[in-house]
Amino acid sequence: MSTFVYMTRCDGCGHCVDICPSDIMHIDETIRRAKNIEPNFCWECYSCVKACPNHAIDVRGYADFAPMGHSVRVRREEEKGTISWRIKFRNGTEKNFVSPITTKPWGKFIPKLAEGETPNQGEINSQILYNEPHGLNTDKDLPTINKDSFKQGVYY
Amino acid sequence: MFTTNPFLELSLSVPSLALKAFVIVMVALVVIGTMLDIIHKKNVTYFFNNAKKAKQSAKKELTSSERIGIISKTIVHDIATTSELGMGKRRAAHLLGMYGTILFWLGSAVMIFCYTSASANTPIFWPIIWHIGAIMTCVGGYWFWLFLRVDVSAEAHSVFRIITADLFVLSLLASSTFGLIWSYLQYQGIKGWDSLFLVLFALSNIILFGGVYWSKFAHMFYKPGAAIQKNLAEADGSRDNLPPPADAPEQFGLGIKREAPKHY
Repeated sequence: MSTFVYMTRCDGCGHCVDICPSDIMHIDETIRRAKNIEPNFCWECYSCVKACPNHAIDVRGYADFAPMGHSVRVRREEEKGTISWRIKFRNGTEKNFVSPITTKPWGKFIPKLAEGETPNQGEINSQILYNEPHGLNTDKDLPTINKDSFKQGVYY
Repeated sequence: MFTTNPFLELSLSVPSLALKAFVIVMVALVVIGTMLDIIHKKNVTYFFNNAKKAKQSAKKELTSSERIGIISKTIVHDIATTSELGMGKRRAAHLLGMYGTILFWLGSAVMIFCYTSASANTPIFWPIIWHIGAIMTCVGGYWFWLFLRVDVSAEAHSVFRIITADLFVLSLLASSTFGLIWSYLQYQGIKGWDSLFLVLFALSNIILFGGVYWSKFAHMFYKPGAAIQKNLAEADGSRDNLPPPADAPEQFGLGIKREAPKHY
């Protein structure tokens, strides 16, 4: 479900332009308001919907399951740490959800690779990735697959 | 210069009636441009359809006194302080430009209509208002145009790239700047140059008021309406389909404030 902008609500602050990971939120050249220039390329992450301080961005559902008349709106309240969604169906049914904001402070979970130990050749060749298995919240050994098993069926 | 009515000296060479007619034509251009804009964009139709839909999904009926209260509060709190721009440079620049422009236009209209006859004695209040208004417009406008424009700050376009959306702010800036320069040259008695800047001042006004249909001029009429509709929708419970404010969410904890974008 791609996003679109209510022009009457948008004040052209550019927060959505800045946050869009797909770089499809841009500023209109005639009225200097935000617009989704390519809804087909929208990742549906809703970052822009949540970032908009004026609730000017809405979600347009796919026509096959969310025909015209529906509404998907979000309210982000940073001071309360909540994000609320309201899904309104065409027949008037409403569903309301409240969730915690799980955004972490910038940089808190960026691994400091330079400060870590340099992996040896054995670790580099290992099927275990960086920070595994601790990063997966387990100390168990992870299952591995013998590389040779992938070659079965390749030879004629 | 700040205490001199620049239109009084102008009325010695240009008939006072012509100055008044110019102002009336400019006002008429704004009205016509806005009407054409409304017809073309159908935004008023959209606005009233939206209000009708909001009324249908309203949770409570607002009384007339409640409506008047909300509208008054919106005018004082939202419109007069442009609160939708949040706390920051954009709001400060907008307030400077907004009140500067109001003072500049008000000063122009009063001095042209009341103090351009030979017998008139202009109180120094009005020339000061006119000059301060023009300076405020220039400070807010140039601050916005050079540093705060979203297509420059968020899209990282060149500051020298001019788009259609700049028509309003650039013509407004041209009008204030040329007006100030003309007033200065006229006060100093620099003949020839003062006429040139008077012509530029008049031309920039014609572009500003005549370009309403193509520019963002009419946003100053639409935005207050949108703010009032938004607050009425919050009060009657329809909230433009937005979810209600979260209730008792303490268990969710963090409440991390999102960083303001500053990637360019």
